[in-house]
Amino acid sequence: MDILLQVIVTGLATGGVYGLIALGFVLIYKATSILNLATGAFMTLGAFVCLTIITDAGAPFWAAFAGTLAFAFVLGLIIERLVLRQLIGEPIISVIMVTIGLAFMLQGITHIIWSPEYRSFPEIFPPEPLDLSFAIVPSGLLWGFVFAIIGTIIFILIFKYTRTGVAMRATANDQQAALSMGISVRWIFALSWSFGAIAAVIGGIVIGNISGISIYMGDIGLKVLAVIILGGLDSIGGAIIGGFIIGILENLTGLYIDPLVGGGAKAVAPFFILVIILMIRPYGLFGKKIIERV
Amino acid sequence: MRCGDFRETYIKDEEIFQSLFVKWCLGLFLLFLLIFPFVANAYLLYVANMIGFAVIAAIGLNILTGFTGQISLGHAAFAGVGGYTSAILVTKLGFSFWVALPCAGVMAAIAGLIIGIPSLRVKGLYLCIATLAAQFIFEFIFVHWESLTQGVRGLNVPPPRIGNFLINTEKRFYFLTLFVVLLAVVYARNLVRSRVGRAFVAIRDRDLAAEIIGINLFRYKLTAFAISSFYAGIAGALWVGFIRIVTPEHFPFHLSVQYLAMVIVGGMGSVMGSIFGAVFMTLIPELLNVLSSSLTSVFSGAAHFFIPFKEVVFGGLIVLFLIFEPRGLAEIWRRIKAFFLLWPFSY
Repeated sequence: MDILLQVIVTGLATGGVYGLIALGFVLIYKATSILNLATGAFMTLGAFVCLTIITDAGAPFWAAFAGTLAFAFVLGLIIERLVLRQLIGEPIISVIMVTIGLAFMLQGITHIIWSPEYRSFPEIFPPEPLDLSFAIVPSGLLWGFVFAIIGTIIFILIFKYTRTGVAMRATANDQQAALSMGISVRWIFALSWSFGAIAAVIGGIVIGNISGISIYMGDIGLKVLAVIILGGLDSIGGAIIGGFIIGILENLTGLYIDPLVGGGAKAVAPFFILVIILMIRPYGLFGKKIIERV
Repeated sequence: MRCGDFRETYIKDEEIFQSLFVKWCLGLFLLFLLIFPFVANAYLLYVANMIGFAVIAAIGLNILTGFTGQISLGHAAFAGVGGYTSAILVTKLGFSFWVALPCAGVMAAIAGLIIGIPSLRVKGLYLCIATLAAQFIFEFIFVHWESLTQGVRGLNVPPPRIGNFLINTEKRFYFLTLFVVLLAVVYARNLVRSRVGRAFVAIRDRDLAAEIIGINLFRYKLTAFAISSFYAGIAGALWVGFIRIVTPEHFPFHLSVQYLAMVIVGGMGSVMGSIFGAVFMTLIPELLNVLSSSLTSVFSGAAHFFIPFKEVVFGGLIVLFLIFEPRGLAEIWRRIKAFFLLWPFSY
């Protein structure tokens, strides 16, 4: 079995999960132009809520999953209403800082409610890995990949065909025009936060399945910044494709560069890629080219 | 009684000490700062030193973020560059601390210049992400450049000395910190009312307009990055000299956020505000520590509850200030002053 192929396949599967979390960023950014750095905290919170419903209430996975999605929906609405709506029209640094502040609050609250020990998810997916004859995909990554693809397709369909989706795209395009067409921009903003939170918690549950749950799992959210910058901040398809590319590049770095520098390069590779993309093509592969050069 | 300031020329308006009363107040405050170490205990002096380092870094970041409008989420990395530079110069090359300190600032400024280069192409959100990436890249370098930084084990640094006089206690270090803080404050206060400072503010308010009125964006943005990271580097080097060890864990992303929180809570675009912010954001966790240790004696479970609680308070302060008092403590202070100035005839 070729190690290179194996690494690429693993990278693809990891990338799918990154893409899912990246959706959490993109869905919010697209409509509201806010980069939600609390996405990682949403993920963690969602994973813990799901785990608690399964272990404490003894519910089956699908019920817990649905419950977590409902929780994320409400969480998104509340945060938008209480915090972000107050900051409409404020400078960008305030908005970014407020999401960072939210991240710390949510992480602290998660820490208070659930202690910081590492936990593993109960087995939900069949544990057999998928053997592709040239590479093996571990079960967690495989199901993460499947979830990511399904999630992305659902969100793309919502955006393309439903009334709400069209309203969201209209708002992203031109808020005043959207308002004058009778779209409630406020409601769209709130809904975007809910959608973003939902995508993030699905990412959290998937990651929890792959590598277990701890209150620090949200740190992966920062790594995903590379994905959304590469894919373009406002492109749903870009998020998933960027996820694949970053996933593969990250695993290749782990294979080729880690032995040279003595480990750790894999974790920091997305940030190097991030800087390079920002220098060459800051709007990403599929983003709108409205970035202002000075 | 003073009932108002009447400034009739621009020169008067730009004065730092606008009245005799202010001079007296500042003089008294300085006197208090000088007497303070002789009455305070070691813990208070430790906190005072930490506040001093925070003030330096926060003023530096405010020059960049508050005055020039460029976001940096990687300021802890610059402090780290300063800290490591001084530690390496002192331990490996046998430099004296007094030479290593400015070198640390210069090295951090160079790092800042490199990170600042993207600011010429990208801004706002994108700059924020670029500096965030820089933070993690520098952390990676600190951990993995083993031959120079000794990785996670860190470097032990001897205390600074003058002749045979070791600056190795909180009290002795306090005077060093105080001296550097005063220099930092005076320089920043003068910088922001100079031509350079006005150029910074012009860039913050509208960069295109600034360029049209003849401000060289390339030069001034990079100047802001350099000065700001110089401050951070000095803060880092002092801190390392104080705790006498440097490891990568001293300069995490959390610290970068903390510096930004100081700037925001204190008030963006105000030197005074950064001082308030640094004092406030350093004191709050310490107060919570005191509270938690006294509560722990009553409820044994309180200790592990307080670590995350600090995070919640920290995040909550950022959020609440941004929503309710976006101009920070400096604005609150101004309102209080205005109230007493005009009392009882405030209108």
